[in-house]
Amino acid sequence: MTANLPPRADGAAATTPNREPLVLGIETSCDETGVGIVRGSTLLANVISSSMEEHARYGGVVPEVAARAHLEAIVPAISAAIAEAGIRLDEVDAIAVTSGPGLSGALMVGVGAAKALSVALGVPLYAVNHLVGHVGADVLREDDSEIELPTIALLVSGGHTSLLLVRDLVSDVELLGETIDDAAGEAFDKVARLLGLPYPGGPHIDRVAADGDPTAIRFPRGLTQPKDLDRHRYDFSFSGLKTAVARWVEQKQDAGEQVPLGDVAASFREAVVDVLLTKAIAACRDHGIPRLLLGGGVVANARVRELAAERTAAAGIELRIPPLSLCTDNGAMIAALGAQLIMAGHAPSGLDFGADSTLPVTVIQA
Amino acid sequence: MLLAIDTSAGTSVAVVDREAGILVELTELDTRRHAEVIGTLIDRALHEAGVGARELTAVAVGMGPGPFTGLRVGIAAARVFALGAGLPVLPGVSHDAIAYGQPDPVLVITDARRREVYWSRYAGSDDAGLPVRAAGPGLIAPELLDTVTGSAPIRRLEPEGVSAGALGLVAEHLSAHRRAFASDAALYLRSPDVTPSAGPKRVTG
Ligand SMILES: [Zn+2]
Repeated sequence: MTANLPPRADGAAATTPNREPLVLGIETSCDETGVGIVRGSTLLANVISSSMEEHARYGGVVPEVAARAHLEAIVPAISAAIAEAGIRLDEVDAIAVTSGPGLSGALMVGVGAAKALSVALGVPLYAVNHLVGHVGADVLREDDSEIELPTIALLVSGGHTSLLLVRDLVSDVELLGETIDDAAGEAFDKVARLLGLPYPGGPHIDRVAADGDPTAIRFPRGLTQPKDLDRHRYDFSFSGLKTAVARWVEQKQDAGEQVPLGDVAASFREAVVDVLLTKAIAACRDHGIPRLLLGGGVVANARVRELAAERTAAAGIELRIPPLSLCTDNGAMIAALGAQLIMAGHAPSGLDFGADSTLPVTVIQA
Repeated sequence: MLLAIDTSAGTSVAVVDREAGILVELTELDTRRHAEVIGTLIDRALHEAGVGARELTAVAVGMGPGPFTGLRVGIAAARVFALGAGLPVLPGVSHDAIAYGQPDPVLVITDARRREVYWSRYAGSDDAGLPVRAAGPGLIAPELLDTVTGSAPIRRLEPEGVSAGALGLVAEHLSAHRRAFASDAALYLRSPDVTPSAGPKRVTG
């Protein structure tokens, strides 16, 4: 056996910027273990292993339960992804991994795995921002229509609710606002719980809301009053809404009246979706950017997509929604962002970065 | 020749060889930097040993017991490195690495945080030089350790770190003597610390 040393993983890029790189992306920031493979902007594999069912009995994502699930899922997910892509691991040009933001213990599983894979294969490693990854997912759409920049991006999930101004995917992303308490998806879960609906709340609220009147109850829209708009023009708050729903339901129950589940669900959902889109469209208008991109698991909510289509059409704003399988957390979007960084000639991240649960969105690559 | 990884305490990475022993061992004792250092330590260990991933025969990994967050970094790294290099994973009990080379009975104790410790009791070493675990690993409050030591006095080993080199040597001896390896399940010894929700709480009085 010859003593062939592998190329250093943190050394000069083994990839040339002008070739479409084959990138494997690893995402473990919340409760989905995602491994995706892309060649340039072409999706080859998108494997997601979710621990959602394990969290159902707790009514929300339990970080330690999620992290344990990542450890068990990571190798099967990588194996499934290379099978789905029809490649061998040693053909991969680079690894990309989410280094933040997200749940610290969950992120660390992906970071440890990605570093080990980078050294084992002797390929460079790119540590990328989860939120920018959601925007990056859009380059994988099959119709090949290129994302036009700058764009406003609204990212909504159980873990985050953020409004971004994306001028350049690999070098210029600005945080306009974010939730100051619960994420929108979390609000869905909590309200579902108090209505006696199962976790995750989004699909069940949707189901029940189908028979309800969204105008039946006027629930508060957080941070939309003139006094809030100075400091929190693009920020969100959903904890007050959740409390308002709880109070309304309790009053009905205390009066011995039946709670009109459909009306409560529809009115609650309308309040969330209304505030999300009102702020997103205000951001488009204020910045003179007639483009809005949606991302995150809450985009699976039918009413979000419906109202987004209505409001953007009325405002003359182009709406982009990546395929739903790329809206929820996944490794393909991380691979896609990694490939964009490589094709733009960015140097790898090296091996010394850590998991950063509060990584700011301005740090696209760690 | 093995790559050995243990993150049950700090982060320790070694390259070991059945004949030549521990070729390289690199250890970071800081228990909050597992994710930061794991890649560099693996990369440096291989380079300092002058060994490529393809010259290894397996990856040995400490399955704990140890604080969860750090422990998982090493197990994830070992499993995925093995996948990438096409190697088998050899799981080991991290305490075995501490008891390795001790001919007499010892009580191994490591930090479990939250005012508890992980422990394993060893009866010495066998003919193959492998530590004989008589009880444990378990989780206990330190003031109750006397209840697990048995009647005879026993020497306590409470190292700050776990040597991946020793872990690798245990793995080499286990395979040389065709002994069984540990289970490949992480030794958390604690449930995920949550209670299922008891339903929504009232917000109005
Ligand atoms: Zn996300």
